[in-house]
Amino acid sequence: MDTTTPEPQTAEQVLSGPGAPVIVFDHVSLAFDERVILKDVSFTLISGHTKIILGASGAGKSMTLKILLGLLKSDGGVVWVNGERVDQLTEAEMMAVRANVGMVFQEGALFDSLTVRENVGYRLYEETRMGLVEIDQRVKEVLGFIGLAEFIDRMPSALSGGQRRRVAIARAMASKPKILLYDEATTGLDPITATTVDDEVIKLRDLENVSSIVVTHQLRDAFYVATHTAVRDPDGSIRIVPADQHKERETEFLMLRDGLIVFEGDAEALRQSDDEYIRTFLS
Amino acid sequence: MTGILETWLKKTALEVQEYVRLCAAAFRGVVSPPFYRYDFIEQLDAIGIQSLTVVLLTGFFTGAVLALQSGLTLDQFGARPVVGRLVAASMIKELGPVLTGLMLTGRVGSGIAAELGSMVVTDQIFALRALGTDPVRKLVVPRMLAGILMAPVLTVVADFVGIVGGWMVARFQLQVTSGVYWSSILEALYMQDVWMGLLKPLVLGFVIVTVACHVGLRASGGTQGVGKATTVAVVAGSVGVIAADFFITRVLISLIY
Repeated sequence: MDTTTPEPQTAEQVLSGPGAPVIVFDHVSLAFDERVILKDVSFTLISGHTKIILGASGAGKSMTLKILLGLLKSDGGVVWVNGERVDQLTEAEMMAVRANVGMVFQEGALFDSLTVRENVGYRLYEETRMGLVEIDQRVKEVLGFIGLAEFIDRMPSALSGGQRRRVAIARAMASKPKILLYDEATTGLDPITATTVDDEVIKLRDLENVSSIVVTHQLRDAFYVATHTAVRDPDGSIRIVPADQHKERETEFLMLRDGLIVFEGDAEALRQSDDEYIRTFLS
Repeated sequence: MTGILETWLKKTALEVQEYVRLCAAAFRGVVSPPFYRYDFIEQLDAIGIQSLTVVLLTGFFTGAVLALQSGLTLDQFGARPVVGRLVAASMIKELGPVLTGLMLTGRVGSGIAAELGSMVVTDQIFALRALGTDPVRKLVVPRMLAGILMAPVLTVVADFVGIVGGWMVARFQLQVTSGVYWSSILEALYMQDVWMGLLKPLVLGFVIVTVACHVGLRASGGTQGVGKATTVAVVAGSVGVIAADFFITRVLISLIY
């Protein structure tokens, strides 16, 4: 019988280990005057997993991401991101937390006066002491990863909608964050272009081990991300293939309705739900 | 009626509070890192160099018309030779700073409000914060410093071309000799006037840029909101320039004269 007790782990070790929670949203509420946005919302995101937040427009999906990133302050509740209690941090203190969290905004929110290279390398150029050669290499690497290397010197206005979203993903991932937040990254795109964006989300999750929260009301994209996985072949090429059941369970759905969570579970549970609202939403 | 007044007062108080908070944050950004030097240099060009044409034209024609108008009045007292003194005093103490301020409000204030407003409504400000950048340090501080620095420079340029414009009218229209025109300027020019002419634009530059930044950063409601912010920036900036000019003049008269 083994009587040795395991070495106590530091909080950092626990948080960097497998199965550790990287985001904890605990009884969070938010209201603007009389309008309630979030009511007592709680969920946890596990390292390397994906949480897909579904809901109709105005359900509080985007606000959830903004609270996570400290862009908005909640009225109540506790929010932990990478072991930091962000609901209590000042704007200056939040900058350190944001270094490990990337966000892809609706429409991309690319800086229209900067080239693709400058957009993607923005954080590295402006907020780190990285050398210009090193930054350039990293920018080319991420643009190569999303398949837009030849657009490096274009202005955002010269890109299509799908290309802009993919550049936004490249910008968010350039500084190698542990968590990526996608706010309606495929809204307004045609299904084929949307799939190219979904593929990037899957590749980052499965090949770069990035934990992610995907906010969307596009069911097709939500299920595609949940039921597919990225594999790298021996020759280095990347393929998107259907995921096995174990992999599917790493992606959880969360449905918001009028600021309340009405469903939480995996893709299979969502498909089999009897809830009338969910049935209507899925139909 | 009371309800409307109460709402208006609350809204005004909120705007003033937010403006003061923005200015305080901007001053903190001036004295503590990170500093965005390239943005500052870019703004020196955008606010200063690119405003030269409008300031040159405004200054020149203002000086010229001042000489023309005052020449007629001075003739009634047989004082045509002192037209230079009148043009210089008016330009340096009052018209140079105020007209440069108004031109900057129209050109720079509207541009800043539209640019920052567009960034707000397209989530670029959120994106900046998400990427670890404080928008006040990145966007407001370089513009504020460039405004404070370039407004006096542009005012000196406007004063000079205004006096030259006045000289051209005095020399070729009013037949005042060049020697008389320039010596009357030097005789009547006091250091206090020069200080007033230099200190005023410092404050006006600050007012124009901070008002425009405040209005731009509080834009909402899509492209319509950006348009509204631009209009508000020009109106509030222009009124701010005139009002600030009065108060600075009052303070400087009691301090340096």
